Amino acid sequence: MSGKLRVATTSLAGCFGCHMSFLDIDERLLTLLEVVEFDRSPITDIKEVGQCDLGIIEGGVCNAENVHVLREFRKHCKTLVAMGACAVNGGLPAQRNHLDLRDILEEVYHTELGLAHGGIPNDPELPLPLNKVHPIHEVVKVDYFLPGCPPPADAIWKFLTDLVAGRTPHLAHGLLHYD
Amino acid sequence: MSETQTFSLDGEDVPFAPGQTVMQAAQAAGRWIPHLCWHPDFEAHGSCKLCTVRANGRLVAACTVAAQPGMAVENRTPDLDGRRQTLLQMLFVEGNHFCPSCEKSGNCLLQATAYEMGMMTPHFDMFYPDRPVDASHPETLLDFNRCILCALCVRASRDADGKNVFALSGRGIRSHLIVNHESGRLADTDFAATDRAANICPVGVILPKRRGFAVPIGRRKYDPAPASVVDVVPVKHEEEAR
Ligand code: SF4
Ligand code: SF4
Ligand code: FES
Repeated sequence: MSGKLRVATTSLAGCFGCHMSFLDIDERLLTLLEVVEFDRSPITDIKEVGQCDLGIIEGGVCNAENVHVLREFRKHCKTLVAMGACAVNGGLPAQRNHLDLRDILEEVYHTELGLAHGGIPNDPELPLPLNKVHPIHEVVKVDYFLPGCPPPADAIWKFLTDLVAGRTPHLAHGLLHYD
Repeated sequence: MSETQTFSLDGEDVPFAPGQTVMQAAQAAGRWIPHLCWHPDFEAHGSCKLCTVRANGRLVAACTVAAQPGMAVENRTPDLDGRRQTLLQMLFVEGNHFCPSCEKSGNCLLQATAYEMGMMTPHFDMFYPDRPVDASHPETLLDFNRCILCALCVRASRDADGKNVFALSGRGIRSHLIVNHESGRLADTDFAATDRAANICPVGVILPKRRGFAVPIGRRKYDPAPASVVDVVPVKHEEEAR
């Protein structure tokens, strides 16, 4: 064992904006790598999550695969963090929640002007969409929440350094925002 | 001249004039008590309960309770701020508050108060209600998704504009804001964009059209400092001057 904290990250129903903001901590990533190592993450391309100290979830759940991955993360991570508006409250994808799912699919794939009327995709490889998009705390227990769309790099840095040091993360004015 | 009467707010003396509420006296003394439905220009509504303080051991709404000499009022205690956070979380899950696409973001009292209380999550299950917008009026948009039922628009339209354009309807969880016209459409009322009611909503419901995100992030109302600083009126030392 390296003695480093093992960290996994993933994007569910998100846009990878939170991961981009995470990379925006720039050279501080090197400082972070002195104390953490990455497990499953877009950074490593490891496909299955292993035993981890910290799991960071971007995005809410909008399909069956999201639910599966989220449960795997919960099972394997001692501490689970919801990062960004979508993981925290559903965010942009949840803006479809007041609409009927079938109506949406019909319009997007079938009836919308300029489409080839190909029909709603039903390849068995495609994960089934959920009726509604949910924030992750409605599916698993979440230990910490880091709001923002995306959270600024400085907020992510503060949050992670607090967590790694064993402190309850605290974001001062200007770092805590919902937009 | 009678001696100035005082009560204590979190251990510090606050002077008050007879008839003033705890909220009015605190505001005049430059002290911040969290609030959503209260506005200095209108009669108190006492409905949001964000201003709940503990006065002589009892929970009361600071915007409706009269200040009394010697009263001991607790305001920003972890217990009270915790209760406030819970109220805020319920408001957030009850409506559709998607701040990244809301023109009020950065100028919103609900959002700023939630920051102040350190709200990191809505905590409860989201309602995701279906609340169609009213875009009928040529100058003003109504996005009911964000309404917190503070009734400030109701009071402003009735008491300042003399029009009665808005009303609260329904009870309990079915309470909602309506436009006072058979058609229910804002365009069919005598509402004008210059009305006080057009500029009173503390959240992003009553919005001017064609303005969009006019003020850049960093220069919005609550960007430079939190609500407890921005919303405090500088104290005028009238007492001493007299
Ligand atoms: S009204 Fe305030 S809290 Fe609601 S979405 Fe707009 S900025 Fe956010
Ligand atoms: S529209 Fe705005 S001012 Fe009117 S009740 Fe709703 S939140 Fe309050
Ligand atoms: S501000 Fe007092 S109850 Fe709303």
